[in-house]
Amino acid sequence: MSTTSALPDTGTSPLPTVDPRRVGDRVFGGLAAGSGIMILVILAMVAAFLLVQGGPALFADPAKLASQGYGEFASWVAPYAFGTVWAAVLALAMAVPVAIGIALFITHYAPRRMAAPLGYLIDLLAAVPSVVFGLWGADLLSRSVRGLYGWLNDNLGFIPLFSGQVSGTGRTILTAAVVLAVMVLPIITSLSREVFLQTPRLHEEAALALGATRWEMIKMAVLPFARPGLVAAIMLGLGRALGETMAVTMVLSGGKNITFQVLTSDNPNTIAATIAQNFPEAFGLKTNQLIAAGLVLFAITLAVNTVARWIVSRRAEYSGAN
Amino acid sequence: MGKRIEVTDLNVYYGDFRAVEDVSITIEPKSVTAFIGPSGCGKSTFLRTLNRMHEVIPGARVEGEVLLDGENLYGPGVDPVRVRRHIGMVFQRPNPFPTMSIKENVLAGINLNNKRMPGSEKDDLAEQALKGANLWEEVKNRLNKPGASLSGGQQQRLCIARAIAMEPEVLLMDEPASALDPISTLAIEDLMNELKQRYTIVIVTHNMQQAARVSDVTAFFNIAGAGAPGRLIEAGPTEKIFSAPDVKATEDYISGRFG
Amino acid sequence: MTTISQSMAPGQLTAGRLPKVVVPALLVGAALLGVAVSLLVGGGNMALAAVLAYLTFLVAVEIAARIVEGARQAADRRATNLIVGAFVLALLPLGSVTWEAVSKGAARFDVTFFTYSMRNVVGAGGGAVHAIVGTLLVTGMATLISVPIGLLTAVYLSEYGAKNRLAKAITFFVDVMTGVPSIVAGLFAYALMTLIIGPNNGFGFAGSIALSVLMIPVVVRSSEELLRLVPNELREASYALGVPKWLTITRVVIPTAISGIVSGVILAVARVIGETAPLLVAAGFTASLNNNLFANPMMTLPVFVYDAYAHPGVDVQVYLDRAWAGALTLIAIVMLLNLIGRLVARRFAPKTGN
Repeated sequence: MSTTSALPDTGTSPLPTVDPRRVGDRVFGGLAAGSGIMILVILAMVAAFLLVQGGPALFADPAKLASQGYGEFASWVAPYAFGTVWAAVLALAMAVPVAIGIALFITHYAPRRMAAPLGYLIDLLAAVPSVVFGLWGADLLSRSVRGLYGWLNDNLGFIPLFSGQVSGTGRTILTAAVVLAVMVLPIITSLSREVFLQTPRLHEEAALALGATRWEMIKMAVLPFARPGLVAAIMLGLGRALGETMAVTMVLSGGKNITFQVLTSDNPNTIAATIAQNFPEAFGLKTNQLIAAGLVLFAITLAVNTVARWIVSRRAEYSGAN
Repeated sequence: MGKRIEVTDLNVYYGDFRAVEDVSITIEPKSVTAFIGPSGCGKSTFLRTLNRMHEVIPGARVEGEVLLDGENLYGPGVDPVRVRRHIGMVFQRPNPFPTMSIKENVLAGINLNNKRMPGSEKDDLAEQALKGANLWEEVKNRLNKPGASLSGGQQQRLCIARAIAMEPEVLLMDEPASALDPISTLAIEDLMNELKQRYTIVIVTHNMQQAARVSDVTAFFNIAGAGAPGRLIEAGPTEKIFSAPDVKATEDYISGRFG
Repeated sequence: MTTISQSMAPGQLTAGRLPKVVVPALLVGAALLGVAVSLLVGGGNMALAAVLAYLTFLVAVEIAARIVEGARQAADRRATNLIVGAFVLALLPLGSVTWEAVSKGAARFDVTFFTYSMRNVVGAGGGAVHAIVGTLLVTGMATLISVPIGLLTAVYLSEYGAKNRLAKAITFFVDVMTGVPSIVAGLFAYALMTLIIGPNNGFGFAGSIALSVLMIPVVVRSSEELLRLVPNELREASYALGVPKWLTITRVVIPTAISGIVSGVILAVARVIGETAPLLVAAGFTASLNNNLFANPMMTLPVFVYDAYAHPGVDVQVYLDRAWAGALTLIAIVMLLNLIGRLVARRFAPKTGN
């Protein structure tokens, strides 16, 4: 039955024409719809105000930007945009296999009773504030990886990734990416866990009944079923890694050099970290320029997240799990 | 092909709960044996112990022995994965792998063992298995379409093809027709009659007419009440069970007085 | 007819199986080897020992399994070892962060830290009371803004929307909002306030606005989910008594789901209370206590940690100790909120299950 329609119209009843309770209905319904619309307005405002405040830098004369800002916009922001994407990609390359491994461990290897507590343990990682991860990465991790980086550079330096003059501080883009990887790990894990748990038992049993080992069953029934969900999980992790600020701000001593070398002290900074580091001292056109950079970051993450959500919703339509 | 299964004093537990108690039965090769009985009597659980699929359920364990031509499935060193390669299983609801084509579904088990089998040989094998499942004529022109594109009855025969492609000795069927329409059910029942020429077939069914139509031997399971373990009440030639059973409970069940 | 020739010989069911003791034995052996090598050439580096041990273990199991059990079982064991390895690997940063925060934070986790601000403090001493007060005020205000908007939106989506286009758009953009980078939220709040009051160095309320942008979508998602769990029979029963819809929602639907909603709000607070970047941009820095959300910069705990680390004075260690003490406080607050949230969810779970 339809529960959303209002009270049945009791034509002959002696109710007053304007029932005060109906007014209540209208007000409350209006409030609820208004709140929803408010959210749309806020999001539109986020884009609009960034445009308004970033606009002066976007459309300013390059000569003026050179003297009062940080220099011509496109060439200024390009290395940071590269650094943002590069750090996020490195982080995902490390986090994705581990996250899928953890999700499989929790759903298909650990005893059933342990699944919830173990999942909670991984979720704790998501609860640690980013500034704490930043402190951890800057104060501890970057010091402990120096030896490893030297070794990688000495022995695997022929790989372009590990070539170049190795950084003495350990505060390279690779270290930042490791911290980012730790931070996106719980996001990817919890979503993968969910899709792994949705694998129909029927398919798992079909594989086992054919004489598949546990790993063969996972390859045959679980992973193919989960693939679209995993893609979405990875995209959401990517969105988080692109926008994460503090870990990179505190760990990476970034520059402006577009390079794929991950061990040098000359790595490109990320957009978010550039804003965080410069905003407190910025004024005038510099502030506008940093906000414009934020707009670029917003556009990148918006695109990534939209694609991820689109994949998720498409999957929901076609899953029909049986 | 087709092997004898001898079960002695088999008990199945879920944790502390005993689900099946003291079952002893011999299942003859190249025949169809049907397990019947009311819901919850343990017949499906018992069927699963015949290829160790019950181990998929957390906490399930077995005491007793199951001999496949004299070799104990629960003996030391026996690998459940190998057991399942020799004893195939078809489930209540058709479950072809949704991401695989019809051909890939049939060859799913083969690909686990013989990765390097030449393509032409695989094609032959798929054709044989699909013919064996009476499905070849219906699908030979669309082998590369997804398995999920078939009708329910066709999907179930695809699952049977997938199981017999492994050349098992025994085929276990857990209510294989309960999710199908009457015509598809008939197709599956006809198929069972052909398959028993080569395999030992064990079927669990809720449908007594089906048991009467397809099986050579019928075994009746029952429970004394809620929480009590399931027991094998009586087993014998289907004709005898349906006409002159030894036990009163069997007769009551067959004549529809309960269950 | 082609068949895979497997006319079964007796004993075909038994596969070669590694005795149960082998895998633990290999693990112990690999561990000893790793430690030994590390002591001999690596100067006793435990990380090196662990990596060596794990790799040795993987290879040893692979070889043993291939010889005794065959390639398929070996692949199965390899997958198991890698998957368990991934899980253990993920616990390392969790353990390490916790250990670092507790051991390094303890040095300044003292009474002074919780009773003094950083006003006129150069070098040792000082505390974070201004930051703690700021965090509570800013987050509290953000909660006051986010909960009504978030809850009402959730009500709209679950009770009024009925999948119309507005509801679909809201659902989609709430998802998009979840992905707004936190620093962008900060920039938005700053830009908004600049338009309203002109250039400023940040103040508490702007920080609350920024946190609200991050918090609203979380509140909407969790509340909507819980409202949808309320059985329809309850609504129908209420309508059948002639209760209007808005009273049904406020008196029947929301109270039924209230524990879950509260728990969702607490978890949302836990999510944003550790946010740094938006507050850095919108609320600014200060060394002094400021109780006014609407004027002058307001310090918050995450920014305090960042500031202590990023702008140390002459004696770096003093600042670093303060940073870790702040981090420990922050972790404690977040964990406490998480714990309370989960307890509320469990303790007062609706007893209307079917």
